[in-house]
Order: sequence, then C-alpha cells, then structure tokens
Amino acid sequence: MADQRPQGKTNAAGGRSPKAGGRKAKAAKLVETTGLRPDELIGLLQRMMLIREFEEECARLYRAGRIRGVTHTYQGQEAVAVGVCSTLNVSDFITSTHRGHAHVIAKGGDVNLMMAELLGKATGYCKGRGGSMHIADMSQGILGANGIVGGGMGIAVGAALSSKMLGRDTVAVCFFGDGAMNQGILHEVSNIAACWNLPVVFLCENNFYGMSASVEDTLACKEMNLAGRAAAYDIPAATCDGMDVIDVHLATRAAVERARGGGGPSYVVCTTYRFLGHHVGDPLTYRDKSAVDPWRLRDPIPNFAGRLVADNLATREQVDRWEAEAKDAIARALAFAEESPDPDPSNLTEDVFA
Amino acid sequence: MARLNMVTAIDQALLQEMERDPKVIVLGEDVGRDGGVFRVTEGLVERFGEERVIDTPLAESGIVGFAIGMALAGYRPVAEVQFSGFVYPGYDQILSHAARYRTRSRGQWTVPLVVRMPYGGGIRALEHHSESMEAVFAHIPGLKVVMPADPYEAKGLLTAAIRDPDPVIFFEPARVYRAIKMEVPEEQYEIPLGVARVVREGKDLTLIGWGAQLRVCREAADRLASEGRYEVEVVDIRTISPFDFETVTASVVKTGRAVIVHEAPRTCGFGAEISAQIMERAILRLEAPVRRVTGFDTIPPLAKLEDYFQPDVDLVVHEIIATMEF
Ligand SMILES: Cc1ncc(C[n+]2csc(CCOP(=O)(O)OP(=O)(O)O)c2C)c(N)n1
Ligand SMILES: [Mg+2]
Repeated sequence: MADQRPQGKTNAAGGRSPKAGGRKAKAAKLVETTGLRPDELIGLLQRMMLIREFEEECARLYRAGRIRGVTHTYQGQEAVAVGVCSTLNVSDFITSTHRGHAHVIAKGGDVNLMMAELLGKATGYCKGRGGSMHIADMSQGILGANGIVGGGMGIAVGAALSSKMLGRDTVAVCFFGDGAMNQGILHEVSNIAACWNLPVVFLCENNFYGMSASVEDTLACKEMNLAGRAAAYDIPAATCDGMDVIDVHLATRAAVERARGGGGPSYVVCTTYRFLGHHVGDPLTYRDKSAVDPWRLRDPIPNFAGRLVADNLATREQVDRWEAEAKDAIARALAFAEESPDPDPSNLTEDVFA
Repeated sequence: MARLNMVTAIDQALLQEMERDPKVIVLGEDVGRDGGVFRVTEGLVERFGEERVIDTPLAESGIVGFAIGMALAGYRPVAEVQFSGFVYPGYDQILSHAARYRTRSRGQWTVPLVVRMPYGGGIRALEHHSESMEAVFAHIPGLKVVMPADPYEAKGLLTAAIRDPDPVIFFEPARVYRAIKMEVPEEQYEIPLGVARVVREGKDLTLIGWGAQLRVCREAADRLASEGRYEVEVVDIRTISPFDFETVTASVVKTGRAVIVHEAPRTCGFGAEISAQIMERAILRLEAPVRRVTGFDTIPPLAKLEDYFQPDVDLVVHEIIATMEF
C-alpha cells in the first residue's frame, strides 16, 4: 500500500515549479502570507461551509429517494474547489466533473438553481433534465459538470485557445480526478496546450481513488508524484495540500497568474480525500474503514476556522453563525426546489436544435 | 433448477466459461475487487485471480484497444464498460479496428472479443446512464450486437458470444438486471447468435422487440388477448446484428401487420431497418403500414420525464389497435 496518510504540505514537483510565494508556516498571519483581505479569507470559509451543507443535504435527499440516479458528493475536498475558484474572475472558465457540485458553487453558481436541478425541477439549471452531473452556468464561466470522466478536458483547452485568439486575458481551469488522469485525451490536450502556450490550468484532485481503483494500482508515476507527468510536456507543475484552502489558493494563484500573463499552461495536483464513498450508497469495500480517520482530523473546514480564530480574524461565535447561515441557505434552496414545478412533458422534444 | 436474476445469470455464464476455457479473460474498470458497478463480476477475481480478472485504469479506449490485441493473440477477452454511455472513447477502437480485421484480412484473422455493457432506461439515472444506442453499433459491418431480454437468454447468449469467433457487443438491460428471476439451468448452454424467437404465437399482428422492451411487448399482447381483442405474435429479436429476417418475415407473412418497439431514438433506430426489410420482403402481404413505438429524438431526460420517454404498455397497445384498425 502506498502511503495514503495525509502528508501536509508537499513540495512543488515536476517541471519548472511555480513560485508560490510565502507558503510557509501556518503560524504566520494569514493576511500577510496570502495578501488576501480579512473578508476574502472569511469568504473562503463561508464557501466551504456552503458546499459542505449542500453535499450533506444531497446525501440525505438521495438516501430518501428524492434525488435519483447517481450522485457523487464532495465532503472532505472543499478546500480544493474553494481554493482554486477564489483565484478566478467571473469571466474565467472552469470545466468540472461528475463530482462537480462544489466547483459550481465555488465559481459562483446559484444553490437554488442547483438544488432544483438535482430534484429534476423545471426551475433548475438544465430545466430539470440534466441532473447532478450536467450543471453549467455560462454567465459564471462554468462550462459544465460532466458525466463522462475526462469529458471536460478538450473543452477547457478550447476555451483557453479562444481566450488567446480573442486577445482576452481569461484563464481556463480544467478540474479532473486522479482516475481521469488515465484517459487518453489528457495526453492530447496537454501536448496542445504546451505547444500553443495556452492559458489553462490542469487541476487534478488526487483523492487516491477512482471508484475502487487506487492510484497505486492504476497510475504509473513514481512515489505518487502525479504532477511529475507534466514534465513530459515541459509544463510547470505543483503539488499542494488539498486539505488546506490557503495552500490550494496559493498554488493555483501562481498557475493562474502565469497563464494570465502569457506564460502558458500548468498542472496543479491537490492531494485530498473524499470522506465518503464514490457515490452516495457506495459500500466502500475497497478502502480500509479507518483510513479516513486521519483525514477527518484534517477536515478543511474546522481547521481553517481555527486558523481564522487564531489570527483574530473571527470569533467562535461568528464561525458558528456562518455555519448556521450556510445551513439556512441550503434549507432555502431546498424549499425553492420543492416549491418549483415539475418539468412539462410536452417540452420533451424541444431544444434539440436551435 | 435455480431461479436467478440477470446479474447472477451473467456472472454464472462468465464463471463457467472461464472454468471451461483458460483463455477467457475478464477486464474493465472495477470488475475485480469491487465486482463491478452492478456486481455482475462478483466473485470472479477470488476464483480466478488478478491475472484473469483485470482491474484496468479508467481508460475506455485502452480497455477496448488492448482487448483487441489480446483477442488477436489468442485470448478470449470479455471487456466490461460500466455504462454503455461511457464506451465512446473506445468506440473508435471497435469501429476502426475490432470490426474490420476479418474482412480486411479476407477471413484470415478474427477478433473474438466481447464488450459487455448495461444499457437503457428505467433506472432513473442521468443521460449517459440511460441510453439505448444499439443502432450505432448495428450499423457497423463485422460487429455482432446482442440484446438479451431475460436471465435465461443472458446466460445462453453470453456463452455463445464468448465462444463466437467475431467481436460481439453485448447490451445488458440495466432495468432488468434485478427486476425478475427465472429458472436458469445450472449447466452451460448456448443460444445461437442471429436467431430470433417467437415467444408468443398469434394470428393478428407481429410485435417485435428486444432487451428491456420485450416485457412491455409481452404485457401488451397479454392484455389484448385477455380482453379478447387480438392475438398478437411476439418476436424476441435477441440479436440485432446479424438480424434474423427469416423469422420476422415468416411471422409478418402470417399476420399481415407489424409493430416494432424500441426505446432508442426513432430516427435511424433499428426499427427503421426492420421496417424497410419487411417492406422489401413482404409488402404484398401487409394489411397496414408498419408502425414503430420508440423513444424520442432527444437525449433521455431525467427521472421525472423518463416515463414519457420510454415506450410503455399503454402506448404499445394503442399502436397495435391503430394498426389493426387501419
Ligand atoms: C468515460 C467514463 N468512464 C467511466 C465512468 C464511471 N466513473 C464515474 S466516476 C469514476 C471514477 C473517477 O475517478 P476520479 O477521476 O479519480 O474522480 P473521483 O471520483 O475520485 O472524484 C468512474 C469510473 C464515467 N463516468 N465515464
Ligand atoms: Mg479520484
């Protein structure tokens, strides 16, 4: 078994490593190390809380048979989506995955419309006909979650190419998992992105498993250094602590700044863990029941809350209140979805062509 | 005889064929330790080891591609794709390579490969997880396309598919997997590929279906019979390609009417081919136009609208009556 215990911060690796300025001791004051304002730092925590509550509600709804099909939730990985998207502008693009609720929320998606979509309601993002894995919001640069593993890779690179051709400084971030690293298209688009110097960030969330397949068994790379692959394309790469929203933010920020400045593509690999199964209801036969315990101790939400308190950026009471607010927001989203009408069957064949 | 559901029947077919022939290999994502998304390959890795039950990386084009290479080199690979909607990275391999070796080499080489995958609606899942795209495989010369309707057929057809010297796409109706149990012989048996079966005799109309829709067809025929209205003959196609036109033509010549049911989109669905062939072979015996009951020309919608998308007994009955009263 490869070591799947949480490693804490790891070093930039593979290719030319990006300068993630000041990723030093946690004790340092957050405002100084990150250059973020206190309200921005607090916003990171609030977004993570909102995602957690959304996912907890999804799991409940799925178990109650109210969300149908398959639903993949994100508990444990919140620091990645939030850390990454906090470096982006509204006009920047992301492509997301089958585990995409968090990416959408972090990039500015509307939880009401998301919840309605998950419940198959006419007010949902896809008017209730796409579901959990197909949420998109063009107004926020969210080019879509994707039911096909690896499905977003070409799309992200195409969006980056168009930014370049249009002379815009927008960046595309392509989210994918460790399992998706083995899809052939990633090779094609990595090569093209490097050859054409495109403003894209290949953002791998390494949670050690693709369904039951462990990274160790299925991914050829020395010492779990997934980012090392980028060297083959002469693409700079960094590995960061996916349980630490600041580490993710800084690593991604360096990559995004490089892309925006004309410096071309990067790989960023975030080492993280999904607390729960692959999908709601996964019996988790392939993973040691206790393997999650050390990761739970590194839960990105309470840990970051603790750092804000330690830095005198927040009080415990405020943290509790923000958590309650996140719960409220999701309760309102659920109420909105429940009150929304079902889709009209007479529209079934519409929207196939313009 | 044990009563098995389709999951267990397929698992048993794989196990028995792997025991009989050491060249049979099962490969795919999560087929080993996890036993597959639908648990179809459960117990195989414990029995045959990781050399013969191979957990692959997440790479459909690779899975199909190297299964072709193994088949050419003497193995009998049975590849699993988790849902048929995920096969398309591997579709290139099927279309450009697997299906062509025999013809290209004028019969010298052959690719004895099976690609198994669940297909179709009724499980309330999202688009790629609910599609019925058999026509885009049936259109490929050199490929066999098999669609069992029940556990008994699944075991016999899969056994024949593994032994078949040519590449076979084996579509398993996801909604049938655990929905019914029936008597399935413990010993191995083959149901020949390319042979349809009349599952219910009748004189008034020929009702043609396959896979998950066969149950709908049978229920529609039963309802009309119990109401004393019409005696409908139901033909279970079992193998879309090669297609058994003799059985279908013989039935239509007898009844003079035909209705075809599939959940795939209508345009260029396999029903169109069947309808054309009936016209070519039996037009002077037809009393009414051939009708099709199909899915719509759109991607399958989410759960709430699925029932409108899928053909159901009411709709099939309605179309039968319309054809009878033409
Ligand atoms: C092309 C394709 N193959 C298989 C699947 C089924 N599937 C969905 S998610 C998944 C595992 C993905 O692993 P990873 O990329 O590591 O993402 P994670 O689930 O860990 O977030 C698989 C095999 C799919 N959706 N699409
Ligand atoms: Mg993973």
